[in-house]
Amino acid sequence: MDFEFLEGCEAIAEAAVRAGCRFFAGYPITPQTEVPEYMSRRMPEVGGIFLQGESEIAAINMVYGAGASGVYAMTSSSSIGIALKTEGISYLAAARIPAVILNFQRGGPGIGNITASQSDYWQCVKGPGSGGHRCMVFSPSTIQECVDIMGMAFEKAFRDRNPVFVLLDGSIGNIKEPVKLPDMKPVPDKDAFDWCLSGCEGRAPRQLLPILPEDPSKFAEHATEMYARWQKEDVLVAEDLPDDAEVIVTAYGTAGRIAGACVKRLRKEGLKIGMIRPLTVSPFPIASFRKLDAGSTRLIIDVEMAKPAQMVEDVRLAVNGRIRVEALEIPGGIIPTDEDVYEGITGIIKGVNENGA
Amino acid sequence: MELEYVYKRPSAISSEADGYCPGCLHSTANRIIAEVLDEMDAVGRTIAVFPVGCAVLSAGYFLTDMTIAAHGRAPAVACAIKRCRPDRLVFTYQGDGDLAAIGMCETIHTANRGENITVIFINNSIFGMTGGQMAPTTLIGQASTTGGPSRNPDEVGYPFKMCELINQLEAPKYIARFALDSVPHIREAKKGIKRAFSIQMNGGGYSFVELISNCSTNWKTTPLKSLKFMREKMIPYYPLGEFRKPEEEE
Ligand SMILES: Cc1ncc(C[n+]2csc(CCOP(=O)(O)OP(=O)(O)O)c2C)c(N)n1
Repeated sequence: MDFEFLEGCEAIAEAAVRAGCRFFAGYPITPQTEVPEYMSRRMPEVGGIFLQGESEIAAINMVYGAGASGVYAMTSSSSIGIALKTEGISYLAAARIPAVILNFQRGGPGIGNITASQSDYWQCVKGPGSGGHRCMVFSPSTIQECVDIMGMAFEKAFRDRNPVFVLLDGSIGNIKEPVKLPDMKPVPDKDAFDWCLSGCEGRAPRQLLPILPEDPSKFAEHATEMYARWQKEDVLVAEDLPDDAEVIVTAYGTAGRIAGACVKRLRKEGLKIGMIRPLTVSPFPIASFRKLDAGSTRLIIDVEMAKPAQMVEDVRLAVNGRIRVEALEIPGGIIPTDEDVYEGITGIIKGVNENGA
Repeated sequence: MELEYVYKRPSAISSEADGYCPGCLHSTANRIIAEVLDEMDAVGRTIAVFPVGCAVLSAGYFLTDMTIAAHGRAPAVACAIKRCRPDRLVFTYQGDGDLAAIGMCETIHTANRGENITVIFINNSIFGMTGGQMAPTTLIGQASTTGGPSRNPDEVGYPFKMCELINQLEAPKYIARFALDSVPHIREAKKGIKRAFSIQMNGGGYSFVELISNCSTNWKTTPLKSLKFMREKMIPYYPLGEFRKPEEEE
């Protein structure tokens, strides 16, 4: 397979199709409108279904119906649109219906702006709906990583029967870069799923119910087990950890990409610096931080396009006070340049050096 | 002597006692739907979408594949199921708060797209499950816990006539309103449900069946008097009949 020069939204949509996605429902919102536009053309070509919902709420509930039918189903939106979907996402988790949700974060709160942002980490990772449930959340940095992740996103959603997020931003959605698309995979047989709704001919009726079972602890126990399994088996992280690193930079998505370039530059300049770049933020790569040697590493710098920073709270929990953690906070809705991040990181290091720990 | 069954529990209804209040006509609505499924030999091909509201209790004893949708969203869920499984019989079963308040948007758009599903609408003119609040269908002058002793149209507008509203759209194929207050009316309602399901199974398109029902608990009356209220107050405002049906049926 050769490289193609593709826009993020379209590459991700095509990768979903190749992963077996045959149902898409969405509603226009910048910076992801190219996803529903692409799917409206592509789905009929592959015998799939495209529906433009009358709202994000309708779209997520359409995905609920398609997932319940055993079809690889996806929706896509941005920040405020995801906010509207959270009720449906909570219902998906409760009824144990799989789905994949793309979240192209834009600046907020409110209508905010249409530029890239990372201010919906909390929304996605901590509160994707009422009831205290979690979703698996992938956090790729490049279009290549996005397309490589799509197959996994559907597999995990169907393995767990739980909604999965791909946490993106307006930048990844709208840049173009060379990308190698995955091969077209066979579409899973929807009748092979022994839980999906298909009519009870010749078997007992099936129910997909978003209500707590008679013994409410059953759902909580199932969910707790599932989250524990994620932490053991499903963490994805890109580590660049030289043995003697004094400073570790951590960032995901677009911030991770910009910060990565900055880490390389600082290393060339002689700084003992490493990087932890989560490719899943739920499960969070706790072990990557736990294993850091507090003897050599004296500072972790979290870089986020959010002010106040959000992921930094998970970094601090993982580090548990052993190492100093500082955040470089670029307010959501602003895409920083390499230079901005370089200055920010060197500024934090300088400040720590001058004022001590 | 061989005895012949002339009346029995429909196969899609379990023997569990239902959870509805005494005299609630949800049980009647459930029963005629299940009878139609038996008559069409469709139980094994049915996927039901229940809502939030008293209607959800039906999920407890309906023996078909099913799911429950978020409050008001049943049509969005159902249309996707139908599109993924076009040879199945897919219906929603919704109350008036669910269908005409929080779910108005999904109701209208699903009808407007002409989705090949059947929406069964239980109009009891009140929010039942939450205890008698004003619904979009609460009659002028009717009491509710949030609309006072008498619905005042100057303040909160007029009750929605959903069949008439949906009848403004091009796509729907079958639109009808029936009542569950008497045996003749119930028989008509059952015929209407069967017609709607048949249209769907023949690939005909969207069908909407409204059933005028009761809620003696929240109307604060007896089941018998609730039938009187249906006849004297509801049916005059919500006229019964088939508003639209496929041409070949006329
Ligand atoms: C999002 C949301 N809002 C509110 C509720 C609370 N609620 C449960 S049932 C109901 C009213 C249902 O009334 P109706 O649709 O008329 O059905 P009935 O109970 O009368 O059969 C409401 C408001 C809810 N479950 N979810």
